[in-house]
Amino acid sequence: MLGASRRLAAQGSVLAHAACLSTVPRVCVVGSGPAGFYTAQQILKSHATAQVDMYEKLPTPFGLVRYGVAPDHPEVKNCINTFTQTASQDRFTFLGNVEVGRDVTLDHLREAYHAIVLAYGAAEDRTLGIPGESLANVLSARRFVGWYNGLPDDASISVDLNTDSAVVVGQGNVAIDVARILLTPIDILKKTDIPESVLASLAQSRVKRVTLVGRRGPQHVAFTIKELREMVNLAGCRPSLQPSDYQHLRKLIPDLPRPRKRLLELLAKTALDEPNPKLGAAYASAERQWSLQFLGSPVEVLASGGHMVSGLKLAKNRLEGKEGQQRAVATEETETLECGLVLRSVGYRGHALNAALPFDSHTATIANMEGRVTGHPGLYVSGWIATGPVGVILSTMTSGFNTGKAVVADIKAAAIDMDQHKEGKSAIGRVLAEKGVEVVSFKQWLQLDQYEMAAGARLGKPREKVTTLRRMMELSL
Amino acid sequence: MSRAVGVVGVRLWHRARLAARAYTILPKPQQKEQRCLTTTPGVWHGDYEWQDPKSEEEVVNITYVDRNDNKIQVRGKIGDNVMYLAHRYNIELEGACEASLACSTCHVYVDNEYTDCLDEPLEEEEDMLDLAVFLKDNSRLGCQIILTKELDGMTLTLPSATRNFYVDGHVPKPH
Repeated sequence: MLGASRRLAAQGSVLAHAACLSTVPRVCVVGSGPAGFYTAQQILKSHATAQVDMYEKLPTPFGLVRYGVAPDHPEVKNCINTFTQTASQDRFTFLGNVEVGRDVTLDHLREAYHAIVLAYGAAEDRTLGIPGESLANVLSARRFVGWYNGLPDDASISVDLNTDSAVVVGQGNVAIDVARILLTPIDILKKTDIPESVLASLAQSRVKRVTLVGRRGPQHVAFTIKELREMVNLAGCRPSLQPSDYQHLRKLIPDLPRPRKRLLELLAKTALDEPNPKLGAAYASAERQWSLQFLGSPVEVLASGGHMVSGLKLAKNRLEGKEGQQRAVATEETETLECGLVLRSVGYRGHALNAALPFDSHTATIANMEGRVTGHPGLYVSGWIATGPVGVILSTMTSGFNTGKAVVADIKAAAIDMDQHKEGKSAIGRVLAEKGVEVVSFKQWLQLDQYEMAAGARLGKPREKVTTLRRMMELSL
Repeated sequence: MSRAVGVVGVRLWHRARLAARAYTILPKPQQKEQRCLTTTPGVWHGDYEWQDPKSEEEVVNITYVDRNDNKIQVRGKIGDNVMYLAHRYNIELEGACEASLACSTCHVYVDNEYTDCLDEPLEEEEDMLDLAVFLKDNSRLGCQIILTKELDGMTLTLPSATRNFYVDGHVPKPH
């Protein structure tokens, strides 16, 4: 009885399609993060016969939900349940361990599919371009996040936490995430899915102070309120904020839109007001601290003994322009923050999969209208490669849904060539077999998933990730 | 019948998984296509909303207005979570974090005359609403609205989701 009306509606649309379409639309999605899965979900939902094949470079699905979302935010990963439902549909196929551009080319995909959705995100990061950036303990936040999330490429990087101070360049949510992981008591982190080897490093960490550096002022911070609130309430840690940096905020706050208002009010309150007694007591006994440094642009990473990071030299900035459109301009004055670890968190960057794509190197996105790649019918983009590496799961979901709708609209309107029969994954399978590429199916991922969860259960944590590709393949196949 | 058996089986399995504090699941049983399973400890979200009201006293009629302005009247019941209720009736209201207050994908506008009948939002809900697109005074997260008899006649409107920037037009730029 339940859902009867939905089933009837679905049958109706099946009949309608059978009447007007003889070709099965074959769509492929490149990338299995939230952008890829939300696009696939939309296509499967709004087209009754379309087949969706999803290609993923790694043996494991879910992209940044598995490897980017902070391990102490497991609730954000709940969307994996919805993705797993999508993956269990008959018209969906996951092909893991297949790198588009290496194992198969975009031309292969164009040959095999009516429509291709690029949802491979923003895999590179911006650099500072300053002397000393290549020193050993200067890391991109991306790699540091990859490290504590067990990403195979980053699992074995060396991170030296034998220092009492770390500086994070950037004041966005990624910057906050890495600061929080550095400052959270190890007993809390042990209950997350941070790999054991990383926990061992974090347990030895001497880091007591983390400073987040921004080019502009407190009114320009990019992190959001949930992340700030977590820092304010972080166990064993207190904020160390310079009141004079925040006094002007209270004049600005009344005129701001609500999200900005609430964020800056919390920031001002934390910096200027007495904490409530409970928080005050917690701060009094805290051994670690975090702080925000404003109006500073890194100009050099300083070293002692030739290769050990000893500090970050900042140019002091002043703000120019009208309130709301201010930009930072460097002055002659400099300042040095002493530290033994520098984490660069100044944004991710997309890349072009293929030189023929209309890639905008300024925004690092592929030019598109509502997900349709400009000048390339049948080619679509979704998520960060379409919008730029900004925003929360909601923005990626919206982008995925919009692109999925565009694909289905184009199939239904025959805006893409639907006359030709396309072979989809069978054609690609031949290419892969020839190259000896072993494909990981979703079912095989679930096997690895089970293994990781069982290993985690023995350690009292949600999962213990397998962090080498070879071991992943052994356990999947 | 088979559905009931399936649910019991899944519940037992689910409890076992909770012990392991797992958040990834196996494919759901076939009987419950398009349903959201969850493993937020201690709660089995979404099942309750699939039960029909047992009596007229339990019934709470509400209307959803979807993103294309279609009105969908739904016969809910006391205790239903309006996000999961929307899933049952195939209304496009996502719930990415499964009611754990970690996203704003179930953002709705509540009829002004009914906003006072709802509990005040928790701070966590307010924080997530700050990330919603087209935030208004009557914005709420659907996953935090539980039907009571007082809410009979309420209309919930889904925001039109066409843009994905911050509410205040703020676009964080890399340094």
